[in-house]
Amino acid sequence: MFRFILSKLLYLIPTFLGITIIAFSFPRLLAGDPVLLMAGERGVTPERHAELSAQLGFDRSLPVQYLEFLGRLLHGDFGNSLVTKKPVLTEFLALFPATLELGFVAIVIATLIGVPVGVLAAIKRGSWFDQISMTSALVGFSMPIFWWGLLLIIFFSGFLGWTPVSGRISLMYYFPNVTGFMLIDSLLSGQKGAFASALSHLILPSVVLATIPLAVIARQTRSAMLEVMGEDYVRTARAKGMPQRRVIGVHALRNAMIPVITTIGLQIGVLMAGAILTETIFSWPGIGKWMIDSISRRDYPVVQSGLLLTAAMVMIVNLLVDLTYGLINPRIRNK
Amino acid sequence: MSDAIAKTPEGKLSDAAIRRRMLTEFWFYFSQNKGAVVGLVVFILMVIIALTATLIAPHDPTMQYRDALLLPPVWQEGGRAEFLLGTDPVGRDMLSRLIYGSQYSLFIGIVVVSIALVGGIVIGLIAGFFGGWIDMVIMRVMDIILAFPSLLLALVLVAILGPGLTNAMIAIAIVYQPHFARLTRAAVMGEQKRDYVSAARVAGAGNLRLMFRTILPNCLAPLIVQATLSFSSAVLDAAALGFLGMGAQPPAAEWGTMLAEAREFIQRAWWVVTFPGLAILISVLAINLMGDGLRDALDPKLKRS
Repeated sequence: MFRFILSKLLYLIPTFLGITIIAFSFPRLLAGDPVLLMAGERGVTPERHAELSAQLGFDRSLPVQYLEFLGRLLHGDFGNSLVTKKPVLTEFLALFPATLELGFVAIVIATLIGVPVGVLAAIKRGSWFDQISMTSALVGFSMPIFWWGLLLIIFFSGFLGWTPVSGRISLMYYFPNVTGFMLIDSLLSGQKGAFASALSHLILPSVVLATIPLAVIARQTRSAMLEVMGEDYVRTARAKGMPQRRVIGVHALRNAMIPVITTIGLQIGVLMAGAILTETIFSWPGIGKWMIDSISRRDYPVVQSGLLLTAAMVMIVNLLVDLTYGLINPRIRNK
Repeated sequence: MSDAIAKTPEGKLSDAAIRRRMLTEFWFYFSQNKGAVVGLVVFILMVIIALTATLIAPHDPTMQYRDALLLPPVWQEGGRAEFLLGTDPVGRDMLSRLIYGSQYSLFIGIVVVSIALVGGIVIGLIAGFFGGWIDMVIMRVMDIILAFPSLLLALVLVAILGPGLTNAMIAIAIVYQPHFARLTRAAVMGEQKRDYVSAARVAGAGNLRLMFRTILPNCLAPLIVQATLSFSSAVLDAAALGFLGMGAQPPAAEWGTMLAEAREFIQRAWWVVTFPGLAILISVLAINLMGDGLRDALDPKLKRS
């Protein structure tokens, strides 16, 4: 197992270096003088230009600049935002829990609904349940989620008035930030109604974000179950007279879960892309909205480091998925 | 598929006959999937609408009727017969804009898939055919592109290239291209060791001929399925970029851009939000249905089961 983990880690190094090269190139690929872009819209005097240029390292050769960039990254220096002047890493870490909470709840919704639906659809192959659920899954898979979010706002917030339109919690509640997860912090605060408020803010965005992963997981679970149920060991279990519930629960489901877990892991990238849209629609103060705002504000250090941090995060999650995969399936670990 | 033809008992078949037989076989499997046929019909309809937009659209899509701002659809109180699906906040006919919007979506899908497909095939062929360090380097670069969430990378590329439809299409194509490269590479590596490739090599075929004429045609099935899926994703992603203000720019009648402009009116005028999104959903769904059918028809593994 140790060698398996080590080989996976070594494998990540070239990819990670590639990601840093892309992030490094970003401000240098933009049309125009990177110093002027980094300095913001007001422009600078020639002296200040030279000073900034030296400070940002643009006066040295590209390989040297890149090595310096890497060195700063290793020291945890991701640059400062042009707008807020705060370190990008501080901002990222402050906003990340919001995205993590949203994404986590979304993936839980998607898994808790998607897996049972997929299993049931496979068991009752060809039934009306199978047809309806798989048609819905295809509709969900084809859904422009930014539109879906707007529709839910029209219906639940506008027409029924059940849920708030934006933000993470009602402004009337204030409590210390302990875990960064509003659901947990609101419970810890002990204030009446705070948890309900946090939940009502979270429910629509997480449903919207869960839509595509839910569809993918349901489809994948169904096809994995169908494949496994045709295997010899399932037939043998049946032939032994094992009850249907045990055959499916113990023999089929466990083996079908391997590709399903991979699918769930692969949804992390999808979730991050979805978070950009979902957070924009619901004004959810997370990484996605921060990135899109920074792109439109031309806050290039934020875009540069945000890109890097997001890609690194997706990479780490994928690594964890790979490791889990190796944990469940010894055949992969020992390859 | 070529194996199946070779085994047919009736002696020699002309090329045209083989092609006809393959098409018949393809259609047989494709039409087994009812959803795929529905998808195909909707897609053909969409193509017809896009091609005849100038004829069938009742109004100019950018014409602003100042006396008809935010009119509801005709069946709702206050609707007018000349604006069947109502008008938007500056008095443009919704139906006409939706009709013209189909041109954008089809165009985006075709351009993105063509660039990603051609780029991916060439890169994948080179990686799979030559192997060794060339393969290593190419596939690592593809891994790096895949490490970024697609929409985020597309957004950043658009930030570099500047907002607009052309740049949005290029960005999406770059982001999709690794999928084709990976598929092509895997297929090439599988095919390369087969006897017919060795035979062609012994017969003196050069590398280019081996790559493009001998191996490539036998790797097409998974690529076609991926192309269909990418077509629908491209329509979705381009609409998302338009929605975020990074894709087609107003006053273009692109569906995502229309949604962005309609956002502030969601509480007052449901139709300006509902119809463009519905158009995106229907076209993406139709293409995905077709994709499922294509996969059933082209995947030999599924056929046997």
